[in-house]
Amino acid sequence: MNSRLFSIIRKEFIQIIRDKRALAIILIIPIMQLFLLGYAATNDVRNIPLAVYDQCRCAESRSLLDAYRAADYFQLAYSVSSEDEIRALIEGGKARAAIVIPPDYNTRLAKGDAQAAFILDGSDPTSASTAYSAALLIGQAHSTNLMMENLQRAGVNTDRLQQPLEIRTQVWYNPDLVSNYFMIPGVIGMILFAITSILTATSVVRERERGTIEQLIVTPIRPWELVVGKVTPYVILALINTFEVLALGHWWFGVPIRGSLTLIVATSGLLLLSGLGIGLFASTMANTQQEAMLTVWMTLLPSIFLSGFFFPLEAMPAVLRWFSAIIPLRYYLVIIRSVMLKGSGLSSIWMETLALFAFGVVILVAASLRFRKRLD
Amino acid sequence: MALINAVNLSRSFGQTQAVDRLNLSVESGEIFGLVGSDGAGKTTTLRLLVGALRPDSGSASICGFDILTQTDSAREKIGYLSQRFSLYEDLSVLENIRFFAEVRGLELKDWKPRCMELLKFVGLENFTERRAGQLSGGMKQKLGLASALVSRPQILLLDEPTTGVDPATRQDFWQLIIRIVAAEGMAVILTTPYMDEAVRCNRLGFMRSGRIIAEGTPSQLRDRLEGQIIEMQTNAPIALREQVLKIAGVQDARAFGDKLHLRVAPLEAQQVIQQLHSLTGGANPRLIPATLEDVFISLTLSEEAGSHD
Repeated sequence: MNSRLFSIIRKEFIQIIRDKRALAIILIIPIMQLFLLGYAATNDVRNIPLAVYDQCRCAESRSLLDAYRAADYFQLAYSVSSEDEIRALIEGGKARAAIVIPPDYNTRLAKGDAQAAFILDGSDPTSASTAYSAALLIGQAHSTNLMMENLQRAGVNTDRLQQPLEIRTQVWYNPDLVSNYFMIPGVIGMILFAITSILTATSVVRERERGTIEQLIVTPIRPWELVVGKVTPYVILALINTFEVLALGHWWFGVPIRGSLTLIVATSGLLLLSGLGIGLFASTMANTQQEAMLTVWMTLLPSIFLSGFFFPLEAMPAVLRWFSAIIPLRYYLVIIRSVMLKGSGLSSIWMETLALFAFGVVILVAASLRFRKRLD
Repeated sequence: MALINAVNLSRSFGQTQAVDRLNLSVESGEIFGLVGSDGAGKTTTLRLLVGALRPDSGSASICGFDILTQTDSAREKIGYLSQRFSLYEDLSVLENIRFFAEVRGLELKDWKPRCMELLKFVGLENFTERRAGQLSGGMKQKLGLASALVSRPQILLLDEPTTGVDPATRQDFWQLIIRIVAAEGMAVILTTPYMDEAVRCNRLGFMRSGRIIAEGTPSQLRDRLEGQIIEMQTNAPIALREQVLKIAGVQDARAFGDKLHLRVAPLEAQQVIQQLHSLTGGANPRLIPATLEDVFISLTLSEEAGSHD
C-alpha cells in the first residue's frame, strides 16, 4: 500500500467526518431528491379540477357528469352558472378544465345529435394533453353506452353485437405506466453524477482556497496521489448514496430491479469516472469553491435536461440530440433503466457502456493533464 | 557548498516584475533574512525556490538539485512555512503533524516519537488533541514550524513567520530557530518586514521591486550608510522636521516616536549639530550609530532617485 496515498485518504476522511453538517447534507440529499422526484415529478395526471356549467340540469346531463365523475381523471370541483365564471376560474388557476352542457341537451340527445363543450387550459400542456384524451375517451364511452341502450330499447339483442376492430395493447416492463419506474433509476444517475462532480471540484479547490495547497506542494506527494487520495472518500460516499437510492427506490417506491446488481454497480462506477473527471477539470479552472461549484453547475444543467432524465431524447430537435452524445449521463440512464426495468444484460447495453467508459477516460486524462501541483 | 542557490531568478505577473534577476546563495548554518516592504517580492522569491511557481527565467537549486528538473529530490530537503497558516484547521495538532510526517515518508515506528519530540520542542506537547483552528496565532506558527521540521530538512524557508505574533512568542520563535539551526546545520531563509528581527540574521538582503539592492551582514550593511545619523529628542516631531530639513547638509529626517533621526552628509555632522542647538522644540542632538532601518530607508530613497533618472 502506498503510504502517502493512504495518508491523504485518511486525512480527507477525518475532515469529512469532522464537518458533520456537510456529511449530513451529503447523506440526506439523495433521499430528499428521491422523495421529491418520486412524488412530485410525476406525469401521472389525476384529479384535474373541473368546472361544470350544466344549463340543462336534467337526468341525461347528470348521467354524463356521472361518467366524468367515475373516472379519477377529473374532480368536479365547481358548479357554475355562466361562461364568465368559467373564465374567471380558469384564469385564476382554480379550474384546469370546464364542461358546458347546453339547455337543449336532453331534447337533442333524443334526436341523436347532442353536443357538449369541453374547455381545456392549455397553459400547462402536460395536464392539458392528459385531460384532452381523457375527456374524449370518457365522452365516447358514454356515447357508446347510450347507443347500446337505444338499440336495446329498439329490440336488438346487443349481446351479439361486437366491435369490428379491437386494438389490444400490451405495455411491457411497466404495465401500469408508473412514472416512478422511469424517474427513480434516473435519480440514481443524477445523484451519482452531481455528488461526485461537485464534491471533487470543491474538495480540490478548498486546498487552494485555504492555502493548504502551499504546504502540499513542498511535500513529495505526486499529483496523481493527491487527486486519487482526495476523491476516494467521495467515491465511497457516492456509492453509499447509490445503495441508499436503490434500496429506497426498490422497497419504498416498488421499482423493480430485474437485472444484475453487479452490472448496476459496475456501470455506476463508470459514471463516477466521468463525474470525477468533470469535477477535477472544473477544479483546475477555479480558485474558490464558489467558482468551482458554478463551473460544475454549468455542466450539470445540460446533463439533466439533455440526458433524457425528464424529457425523451426523441422529442428534441436534431441539434440537441447530437449534442446529447457528449453527455455521459445520457448513456448511463439508458443502461440503468434497461438493467433495472428490463433486466437487460451487458450484451444489449455494451455500446452505451463503452461510450460511458470512453467518456470517463477522456475527461479524466484531460483533467489530469491540466492538473498541476503548483500555484500558477 | 551553498545549500540554496538562485541565479538570475525572474518572475512577472502581468505587467508587474515581482522578482527581477535575483541572485542568492545561502550556506549551511546560515540564517539569511530577506527584508523588504510589502510587494517587494519576498514571498514570490520563496515560492520560486520551492517550485510552487515557475520562473520566467533563471534557475534555483536546493542541495545541488535543480528545483525545475529534479523537483522531488529538491523538495525532500525543504521545510517550508508559508505566510498564511497553511495547515488543516479542522485537524488536531497531532493529526496535522502526523499527516506531514507520513506524506514525507516517515515510517510508522518513527513518526510518533519524532512528532512528539518536535511538539515538545515548540512547546505544544500539551495541546496535541486541540484543533489547529483553535490555536492562537503564535501557536499556529509553532505548529507550522514543527510540521516543516518533521522530516529533518536541510533547508528551512520561512515566510514572515512572526507577522501577527505577539512579542513574547516572537522571542520564543527566534530562540527555536536559532537552536535548531545550530543543532542541525540547516540553511535558513526567512522574510520579514521588521528591522528588529532582521538584526538577528547572519546575513541580510534588502529587497525592493524584486531585486536585492544590498546584501551583507547587519554590521556590513550599517557601514554602507553614506553619512551619519543625528538623533534629537522632541515632542513636536512633525513641526521640527520641517525646520531641520531647511538646514544645509541634512539629507533626510524621520520621526521615531519622541525622537527625530536626521541623516546628514559625511563631515557635516558637527556643523549641523551647532545649528540644531539654536532650534526650539528639539533637545540634545547627538550622533548615534546607524540602525538597519536608517540604512534601509537611505538605500530605498537613493534607489528611487536612481530609477527616476
